[in-house]
Amino acid sequence: MSGPSTYKPNSGFERWIDTRLPLPRLLHDTIRTFPTPRNLNIWYTFGGILTFCLGVQIVTGVVLAMHYVANAGMAFDSVESIMRDVNYGWLIRYMHSNGASMFFLAVYIHMFRGLYYGSYKAPRELIWIIGVLIYLLMMATAFFGYVLPWGQMSFWGATVITSLFTAIPVVGHSIATWLWGDFAIGDATLNRFFSLHYLLPFIIAAVVGLHIWALHVPGNNNPLGIDVKSPQDTVPFHPYYTVKDAFYLTLFVILFAMFVFFAPDFFGNPDNYQPANPLVTPPDIVPEWYLLPYYAMLRSIPNKLMGVIVMGGALVTLVFIPWLDTSRVRSCRFRPLMKQFFWAFAVACVLLGFCGSQSVDAARFGIPLVWVARVASFYYYAFFWLILPIVGLVETPKKIPASIAQSVLGDTAAAPAE
Amino acid sequence: MRLTTVSLGTSLALAFGLMASTSAMALDTARLSPKDVSFSFEGPFGTYDRGALQRGYQVYKEVCSACHSAEHLAFHNLDEPGGPEFTEAQARALAAAVKIPADPNDKGETVDDKGAPMMRSATLADHFPSPFPNEQAARASNGGSLPPDLSMVLKAREGGPRYVYSIVTGFDGHVPAGFKVTDGKYYNPYFEGWNISMPPPLKDGTVTYSDGTKATVDQEAHDVVTFLAWASEPKMEERKRFGFGVMVFLILLAGVLYAAYRKVWKDAH
Repeated sequence: MSGPSTYKPNSGFERWIDTRLPLPRLLHDTIRTFPTPRNLNIWYTFGGILTFCLGVQIVTGVVLAMHYVANAGMAFDSVESIMRDVNYGWLIRYMHSNGASMFFLAVYIHMFRGLYYGSYKAPRELIWIIGVLIYLLMMATAFFGYVLPWGQMSFWGATVITSLFTAIPVVGHSIATWLWGDFAIGDATLNRFFSLHYLLPFIIAAVVGLHIWALHVPGNNNPLGIDVKSPQDTVPFHPYYTVKDAFYLTLFVILFAMFVFFAPDFFGNPDNYQPANPLVTPPDIVPEWYLLPYYAMLRSIPNKLMGVIVMGGALVTLVFIPWLDTSRVRSCRFRPLMKQFFWAFAVACVLLGFCGSQSVDAARFGIPLVWVARVASFYYYAFFWLILPIVGLVETPKKIPASIAQSVLGDTAAAPAE
Repeated sequence: MRLTTVSLGTSLALAFGLMASTSAMALDTARLSPKDVSFSFEGPFGTYDRGALQRGYQVYKEVCSACHSAEHLAFHNLDEPGGPEFTEAQARALAAAVKIPADPNDKGETVDDKGAPMMRSATLADHFPSPFPNEQAARASNGGSLPPDLSMVLKAREGGPRYVYSIVTGFDGHVPAGFKVTDGKYYNPYFEGWNISMPPPLKDGTVTYSDGTKATVDQEAHDVVTFLAWASEPKMEERKRFGFGVMVFLILLAGVLYAAYRKVWKDAH
């Protein structure tokens, strides 16, 4: 928590630095002594995991950019040359392509954790909103990156997404032409996407800095959703959470490595191993898995402009969550009703993702998936705009423990699992 | 999805969508699931069968390469670890047996006295030559169809090795009543739409293996699919070996960190 610094320089040299540039003090206060609730569970390790993911993407991406050629005639072959001719190029590229999926896997867990424990509620609204901004930047970066290998799915995915802008009345086509830099997707588009794909990760890194800075004002929320009341409620970040984060990060990296080394094309689409061909449309244009829920919303609306609005609105909605939730209690652990709606929301998101992965006219058990997607999209909106405000008013929360310390160290029978 | 692309205003997609739906009207000609065959390179420890790779190169060279390019492969790949692992001398000889277009000579000529393009023997540094000078020539020789490049065909098709195995061996079925094989095409139910432009490429004894292996259709198909798997993923063996080491390291590291985690937190909760 921000407050008086406990930093004491250990040597004359540190004192000399600290009085001129208080970097040692900053590191000491944010990484070493930062008081952290003692009851954070496994789901709170994903912040550190995400920082790791961003680092992996930037480091592997910078190396890939040394060998990649941003030219519509050469991009596909240059990626393949990385795979075949560059020393350990296959490793760097598979880390980068699977790293994107792992990044999104982690960010979705991180966001659902925030939703479940009410981490967006006062005084952490800005942490949440900055987080939503990071998520949007991630989606843009991932989209630009997916275009770069210039395979069939790169090209046609870019066609579908950029042509969404043509839905805007009057100026839509001019905007699309401006985005493409041409009258169709081509070399100019690829070059600007490469430039932006290299730029955005550094903006993400800066916004992550804001996210962590904002976090260090009120400190972490925790699974009980109650405020830290005394020093007994917290432990210093180091070594308690450095070691815990390191352990769970290693488990996450094991999962990551399983994909990179033993199933590197698991998340990929076979069509993207065919060079982009503007004359041949693939039978199914499917985005990467992490965009599928929004893609399903887009497709479930018969009107193009309305589809774009519904999809965009679903993202914009996230910004308003801190004010849509009327409950005085943060954590769903003490909200028996909200907990059920939360899990239904998680199911709706998975259903949307599944619908997005299937062809648009598919059906399961005689039910057209487009209707499944419509119902799930409706629930997505209803969850935030109706359920969140109403349940907060009508629900009777369970009894909340007096303090974190009492819950963790006191009566063990009443203590929730750590 | 076809419908959505249309709704998104891609008139091109509309044209293709209509073509696909009219050809599929009479009979459901969705492709059959690929045949269930297994390969040495599958699983976390699978490696390429060296003999199959060498025989597969022979099938590729003598059969496939008449129509299909594999432009990402170079002759020096043939003696690299994790591949067919011909000796360097063997790889040089295999390269020298292939003629590729020569560079202009010191008079700037690219054709000889008789007007024929000048050719030279390939070296280890050369990539596999393409059978046709350009896409139009390839289509003109193949009834309008373009034989796909085979460098990455296994990764570029849903079903991978089983799909390609089923395609090259899938010509022997009886044409079902009500299905009309288009002129100049061949019936292959493992191919979407069932009409394929490729004639049946393999029969018993299409190639004569120097290692004494009996050249049945199944054997030839198995060998060439193994070769194409390597062509798609030449670093697979290095990747799996490297991955095994990484896994051992990570699991040990996780064990050490877990012990540290337990020790640090012993009195904290």
